Amino acid sequence: MEHQYPTTIKARELPMARSMCWHCQSEVTGEYLCGQCVKVQPLSKDLDYFACFQLPRLLNIDEQQLEQTFYELSRTFHPDFYSTKDESEKAISLGNSAFLNAGYRTLKDPIQRAEYLIRLEAGAVKDIRSNPPADLFEEVLELQEDLEIFRQLVPKGASPELEALREKLQGERERLEKRQAEMEESLKGQFKQWDQVQSRTPLPGDAREEKNSILRAMQEILSNRTYVRNMVNDLLETTG
Amino acid sequence: MSRIVGIDLGTTNSLIAFMDKEGPHVIPGPDGQNKVPSIVGLTDNGMIVGEPAKAHLIRDPSHTIYSVKRFMGKGLADVKDDLKYFPYQLHEKNGVIRIEIGDKTFSPPQVSAMILKELKRRAEEYLKEDISKAVVTVPAYFNDSQRQATKDAGMIAGLEILRIINEPTAASLAYGLQKKTQGLIAIYDLGGGTFDISILKLKDGIFEVLATNGDTHLGGDDFDQLLVDVMVDDIFQTQGLKVGENPDLMQTIRLEAERVKIRLSDETQTRAVIELPNSTYEKVWTRESMETLTMGLVERTLAPCRLALKDAGLTASQIDEVVLVGGNTRMPLVWRKVEELFGKKPHSELNPDEVVALGAAVQADILGGHTTDLLLLDVTPLSLGIETMGGVMSALIRRNTTIPTSAKEMFTTYVDGQTSVDIHILQGERELVKDNRSLARFQLKLPPLPAGVPRVEVNFLIDANGILQVTARDIRTGEAQSVQVKPSHGLTDDEVEGMVRDSFQFATEDIKARQIIEARNEANAIIVATEKALGRAANLIHEKETESIRQILRQLGEVKDGDDHRAIRAKIAEVEKTTHHLAEVLMDATLKEALESKKLSDVIK
Ligand SMILES: Nc1ncnc2c1ncn2[C@@H]1O[C@H](COP(=O)(O)OP(=O)(O)O)[C@@H](O)[C@H]1O
Ligand SMILES: [Mg+2]
Repeated sequence: MEHQYPTTIKARELPMARSMCWHCQSEVTGEYLCGQCVKVQPLSKDLDYFACFQLPRLLNIDEQQLEQTFYELSRTFHPDFYSTKDESEKAISLGNSAFLNAGYRTLKDPIQRAEYLIRLEAGAVKDIRSNPPADLFEEVLELQEDLEIFRQLVPKGASPELEALREKLQGERERLEKRQAEMEESLKGQFKQWDQVQSRTPLPGDAREEKNSILRAMQEILSNRTYVRNMVNDLLETTG
Repeated sequence: MSRIVGIDLGTTNSLIAFMDKEGPHVIPGPDGQNKVPSIVGLTDNGMIVGEPAKAHLIRDPSHTIYSVKRFMGKGLADVKDDLKYFPYQLHEKNGVIRIEIGDKTFSPPQVSAMILKELKRRAEEYLKEDISKAVVTVPAYFNDSQRQATKDAGMIAGLEILRIINEPTAASLAYGLQKKTQGLIAIYDLGGGTFDISILKLKDGIFEVLATNGDTHLGGDDFDQLLVDVMVDDIFQTQGLKVGENPDLMQTIRLEAERVKIRLSDETQTRAVIELPNSTYEKVWTRESMETLTMGLVERTLAPCRLALKDAGLTASQIDEVVLVGGNTRMPLVWRKVEELFGKKPHSELNPDEVVALGAAVQADILGGHTTDLLLLDVTPLSLGIETMGGVMSALIRRNTTIPTSAKEMFTTYVDGQTSVDIHILQGERELVKDNRSLARFQLKLPPLPAGVPRVEVNFLIDANGILQVTARDIRTGEAQSVQVKPSHGLTDDEVEGMVRDSFQFATEDIKARQIIEARNEANAIIVATEKALGRAANLIHEKETESIRQILRQLGEVKDGDDHRAIRAKIAEVEKTTHHLAEVLMDATLKEALESKKLSDVIK
């Protein structure tokens, strides 16, 4: 039948697991389909998501390009196109697709993207702290206690006490939501800084110290944000 | 490459379709019907499937299985609230429901396999070739056990299920192909037993599912049940009759309730009529009264819709098109509620009964390598995780992750010399293990070493069917380790193998049942046709001839209800012989009439 959609599979290159085709042993230098026998090749175990999607390690990315590359690579690796192939090819298609899907999901979301980047660069940043600062910790502890009291009051039915507590907790929630928004705003600032350093050419002595301090700052905001967000969710769930 | 067909294995109705150069087509049965009721009946002469089994449902409800899809991949505890709706006995063995009818016991995949076989036979007859490969659809919200059970059914039926795809996604394929739609679409699928909502992005031939949600325990059957409850109560109040003690009557009421619901999709008022042992019960239903009664059920579908939208990061108004799938979406109330939620008129240009099967055929064509420009990127509907300390589930793969997808987890020991770790795999969105679905357990073997030294990496992979595959590797030696996963609610490989063998044995029994049905259908058709012919030929043949034809028809009428298909066939042949002259007379008359009233060229054309 007549189809309207174009099937474009551009010859792109990606780091592959081996330099020789697993099937016909001919040299493969980065094509994901062997030039000789056209069998699909496994992606390199060392490939990171940024490289897979051929994006620079920046935190503001071109989402259009991300999607386009995802679709393009899916057309190459998806198991649907290998269902009549042999077991080895099926397994490679499955592995490559799973990697691709995980990569797309990670990079699409700015928070996951940042967390992933920090992990990638973690070798360089040793002293990343993931506990919340004492003041936030105290605050959350207090809220948890109030929540507990609230939960115990609920089964006893409506009471002025319950209503007062509900109001208080809702107020707290709004405050925390504002705080979360502020954190996300300051994350954006860090993203910008990171991208600036990464795009500077030539990188003065690879600017490791500068980069590490941005990563550390981001990590701190990210873990505090997780803390706040979990608390907001708890509040939402319990007090409505 | 042999042909791959697409199958919609529904709770209520099943269909089989194929794709050729013109596009996807549903394969009709010999009776011209596209839908096969998903009903299986046990007769003295073997199993019958589809329309004949539906007739059997009223005659002999305790030997007729319907809605078996509700039991797929489940244990008895999962369906305890439904037991009262089913006239047959259920019990459990190895975590799997077993259905007892007569002196036989079947697992749900075996019953589904009978439906699959019937569909396969239809396709083979129609396409005049052997069919051994298929794409089969399941509700998007089906969990791993339910998908695995569907695969088992295929195996038992002698069909290799190359791919399991989600029903709403299949619908989107058929819809997108036909309408060349691009943008964001929502597929709302309300069938007989399940509800699904899927949000997709269609772009340049890619069908990317952004989020899916649903309720595998909500469908048209539940609407019928509310009507049944009202009428059963009514009958008790007015006549003092306890319908619950009479399964045959219960079935009659259930079927009448469904007919009332269906009529009220077109009419605003209708009458339910039920023959009771000593009287006739009648009740007038208005569309309004039914809508008030069932509003709660329709509203229950809206929460999953909102959740799916939230997971997709969208608001209702961003959806470009809403597509309705499944028979129960013909209810005007469903239309209104869906339109209200999304703020736009839903589409239903494609037949909501057939669009899923058509989409399955398109997917079959993609797998066969013929359609190369379309690609489905589907998601896993439920989060997958493992049990950790304190009965808490730790999620490894989040719901609505594009599949295939995988997650790796490293395991080690807590005690010196410990040689195994028990791993419990779960699916669901809740915090605690007990609130989630137990999928399977396995024991990971570890070398006897000091605590914390062994390191085994387990890879949890959800394939493109949404089915879990588990592999393990010892990090220190680099060696792969085999894992024997024991499903919590699934058949073992041995059991499936045994059922494949049994199915060959049943097949010979079932042939007899089918021969009787076919002969009976033919007899019915001949009786109707001959009666009609006699009416038209009233003045053309001798009275004695009419009388002898009438007599032989009566004999056929008696023989056809028996169990001997050869006797029916023989009688049919006799009827044909006796009516030979009648046919000739009628033909002459028709031709003469035609010649007299029209020019010859018109007649020959
Ligand atoms: N015109 C109609 N109005 C309302 N409900 C209908 C209508 N036609 C069929 N149904 C209902 O649709 C359900 C079957 O839908 P279908 O899509 O075939 O189900 P499934 O996918 O579960 O096999 C049944 O509950 C049936 O009563
Ligand atoms: Mg359906």
